[in-house]
Amino acid sequence: MNESRFNPLALVRGFLRPIDPVLMLVLAVLLGYAHVLMQSASPERLDAQVSHIGIALAGMWVLAWLKPQRLLSFAVPLYLLGVLLLVAVELFGEVSKGAQRWLDLGVARIQPSELMKIAMPLMLAWFFQVREGQTRFVDFLVSGVLLVVPVGLILVQPDLGTSLLVAASGLYVIYFAGLSWKLLIPLVVAGVIALGSIVAFGDTLCQPEVDWQVLREYQKQRVCTLLDPTRDPLGKGFHIIQSTIAIGSGGVMGKGWMSGTQTHLAFLPERHTDFIFAVLAEEFGLVGALVLLATYVVLLLRGFHIAANAPTHASRLLAGAITMIFFTYAFVNMGMVSGILPVVGVPLPFISYGGTALVTLCLGIGILMSIQRSRFADKN
Amino acid sequence: MTEFRAPAVDLARFRLRVVVAVLFVLTCLGLLAARFHYLQVQRHDYFLTRAEDNRIALLPVVPHRGTIVDRRGVVLARNYATYTIEITPSQVRDLEATLDELATLVPIDARDRRRFRKLVEESRNFESIPLRSRLTDDEVARVVSQRYRLPGVDVKARLLRDYPQGATASHVIGYIGRINERDVERIEEEGQTANYRGTQHMGKAGLEQSYEQELHGTTGVEQVEVNAGGRAVRALSHTPATPGNDLELTLDIELQKVAEKAFGDRRGALVAIEPSTGGVLALASMPTYDPNLFVDGISTQDWKALNESPDHPMLHRAIYSAYPPGSTFKPFMALAGLETGKRTARQAIHDIGYFNFGGHRFMDDKIGGHGMVDLHKSIVVSCNTYYYQLANDLGIDGIAGFMAPFGFGERTGIDLPGEAAGVLPSPEWKRGRFRRPEQQRWFAGETISVGIGQGYNAYTPLQLANALAALVNKGKLFRPHVVKYVVDSRTGERRAIEPEPLRQIPLRDAHLKAVLDAMVDVNVSGTGKRAFKGAPYSVGGKTGTAQVFSLRGQRYVEGRVRERLRDHSWFVAYAPAENPKIALAVLVENGGFGAQSAAPIARQVIDYYLLNQPVAAPAVEDPEALEGADDEAGEHLHEHEEAGAAVAHADDAPPPGSPQPASRAPAALPVQAPAAPARSGR
Repeated sequence: MNESRFNPLALVRGFLRPIDPVLMLVLAVLLGYAHVLMQSASPERLDAQVSHIGIALAGMWVLAWLKPQRLLSFAVPLYLLGVLLLVAVELFGEVSKGAQRWLDLGVARIQPSELMKIAMPLMLAWFFQVREGQTRFVDFLVSGVLLVVPVGLILVQPDLGTSLLVAASGLYVIYFAGLSWKLLIPLVVAGVIALGSIVAFGDTLCQPEVDWQVLREYQKQRVCTLLDPTRDPLGKGFHIIQSTIAIGSGGVMGKGWMSGTQTHLAFLPERHTDFIFAVLAEEFGLVGALVLLATYVVLLLRGFHIAANAPTHASRLLAGAITMIFFTYAFVNMGMVSGILPVVGVPLPFISYGGTALVTLCLGIGILMSIQRSRFADKN
Repeated sequence: MTEFRAPAVDLARFRLRVVVAVLFVLTCLGLLAARFHYLQVQRHDYFLTRAEDNRIALLPVVPHRGTIVDRRGVVLARNYATYTIEITPSQVRDLEATLDELATLVPIDARDRRRFRKLVEESRNFESIPLRSRLTDDEVARVVSQRYRLPGVDVKARLLRDYPQGATASHVIGYIGRINERDVERIEEEGQTANYRGTQHMGKAGLEQSYEQELHGTTGVEQVEVNAGGRAVRALSHTPATPGNDLELTLDIELQKVAEKAFGDRRGALVAIEPSTGGVLALASMPTYDPNLFVDGISTQDWKALNESPDHPMLHRAIYSAYPPGSTFKPFMALAGLETGKRTARQAIHDIGYFNFGGHRFMDDKIGGHGMVDLHKSIVVSCNTYYYQLANDLGIDGIAGFMAPFGFGERTGIDLPGEAAGVLPSPEWKRGRFRRPEQQRWFAGETISVGIGQGYNAYTPLQLANALAALVNKGKLFRPHVVKYVVDSRTGERRAIEPEPLRQIPLRDAHLKAVLDAMVDVNVSGTGKRAFKGAPYSVGGKTGTAQVFSLRGQRYVEGRVRERLRDHSWFVAYAPAENPKIALAVLVENGGFGAQSAAPIARQVIDYYLLNQPVAAPAVEDPEALEGADDEAGEHLHEHEEAGAAVAHADDAPPPGSPQPASRAPAALPVQAPAAPARSGR
């Protein structure tokens, strides 16, 4: 590197060096989309959204600037901190909507479970790196334990959605690490059978007297509502019914920006957060929805590309897992809003309002950028 | 590089897994795209309709109810705008808590709460139910500002019904009340459901009920955009409601007030009819009630008070209660005698004070009788013996056949709900009335008492007034009516309710004249002499007294028999005699003999109507005794019937020295010379 005097262009170039142009472009499209939608869904939150974006991009840049190895060195402390905070939530957490999720640090209220979404794949990637890519049974057993502890803590808050996402983020690492198909396929089959039987026997299971043991009452309600939204059209089914009406009534071209009747007459619940996709589909129609899908596909393909070309085993696992997490967010959210998955509190990545989630997701982007950059680090 | 184990193999294996992941991801996203296509293309129309249904509500625009005015335009029923707090129970989680919360904002007393709870029980859950009306602007502001905390609570501008005359003519005007389940069924049967969307009240009694269709109007529609909370955001289109038509009555509310005032606190009824049209000038039923109590939904207490009062204020005596007509029946009997040829006007009988029939002695009230009595005198002095004989000569079929055309025993068809038919006794009637064969038989002795207006005879004051109107109208019987014009709310066109002649009874002028002349003489020298002393117009009339009579099947009368044993006092009159403008029937329950309490009421009403003479004194005096009449008037009957049937008994003259309950009414008219010599009837 040349020692040069003050050169603005070089400074900008230096500043931009860790930024991956493809990811940045996709991110710009998504955040721009989010901003436009927010003007329709909840204009009073625009300023807050802008500041969230600012914080998130800064976080992203920092991680992108760091090297993957440096990031992996945070894995253990971050993971331990996350578990510690989860325990703290259990002990001192604030109760919101019947669940303990928030921890008030005085400065800000944070959701430790969000932190876990990054810390979990980081931790497992680090673990498999330490194990030098070995894929013996005991390795998977240990990684399983590492996975179950925080997932269990989140599950008892209770927060089914986040615990599933955290579990998924860990499972993706294990999958990419090479968990034997012989184990993987039965696992998937069991999951499918479990879901299928719930659908098949939903009517009996959803009788009020039936106690589901594992899941809380509200979780049972969510699953039951998905199975039959008309069961309680003005109560829990209201969200799904109204969001499918919003999506369906949007048609191909949509009703036009700021003209969604479902949105503007308040039929849509949570329209700036979990249900913002319904706003999009109502106002911009099928075209708008496919544009979003396509943008996500570009994001995911870029993520997989980075993973496939990452220089180290750990960074591959990390990149692959993070990409899958993006996918999971997007799929679960849109699936829920369009009525093919149960209502779980998962935001639409980069679009839904919410600072913590946006920062987490952008940190993920930052990690991808950092990994992408490490490909060329040796050459520099 | 920290990897030493065949990196190429590892990488290849990893990339395979990435490819699998990519396929999985694309499959899932493809699934989503298919779902979007299904919702947004295939089922687009359905969901668009659902969204529009969500968005657009058709709100009924409730029409203004027509007003009711009397013949001179005095308002009897109108609407006024008020703000009400209304609650939709289905949207409220805890009704009591909401009420408590509201009570901190505006005064809500226990009465409001009780009435509200009663309405909640009676209504369907999703209806908006009024809690309090007549909110001040300040109260409206306070509730509206807190409304976000109170789901299901609304402040609405409503038109409420107001009856400015209060209790006056309440039985005629009636009242409106909340539509209940039974009303809904009836509305459905009439195919009016659409027109009653949004209407919460309908006529429940009186004209409000019988002219419901005219008064209600046509409901309009407003298309509004609503939000998820169901609140209207903006109007899209508006079809205005057509207000209900107004009613202009034949009733003269001032005359009505005079009549009601004349009754004081006595029970009874008065019906005044314009003979040439059948238009009802006054229709009083005493005591009355305040129809305003019903408008918001009557409170349990008020309802109980009205229902359990021994005076039965809700009872429409003028058209529903049937009483034996007593001697007011005699002019009709006399006419029957003339028309059938059983009597001539000149033909006289010798009244020896009783009439023997079938081993029973039917008594006249005057011991020793009235001497020679012709038709004229029989009416003037109200001689019973004359009519015992006449009834016997006519026979029950002759009597019933002659009386039926006058409307006795059939509903007059007045434009008010809840009219009774009364009873015109006949052998057929008796067969239909009783179940046991021995009761079904008609006894000739029963005919005798029917002849003086007792026995099974039972007519409403309206029937008697209308029969009299036909009599003085040369036999032309009209359907009585209270509404004169229906005023179209849009065009202002006044549609007249034409007098509807029901029938022309063929009567010979000479016969009519004989009877009517005698009726005029009643008030000159006969039983009505004192009541009409000094009247500057000529007036025909007839007193009557009905022994309290047990009509099986009508409970209220049975109860009264034990409580109140005085006779009912009747008076029928028409004036001016040469060209009658008013014909009326007055009944005072337990008012004693006819001249005692009913006749003075008639006098006040006619004085007001013909002379426009305001009534100075509050109520009518019962003259302590009736005669300084030339000949005494009085009727008496003792009838002993087998089978324990009702004992009919008529008496125009009170037993002398018997305690006078007349003190019930304030003494307004000077009590004149004490009663003539004692005439004992009993």
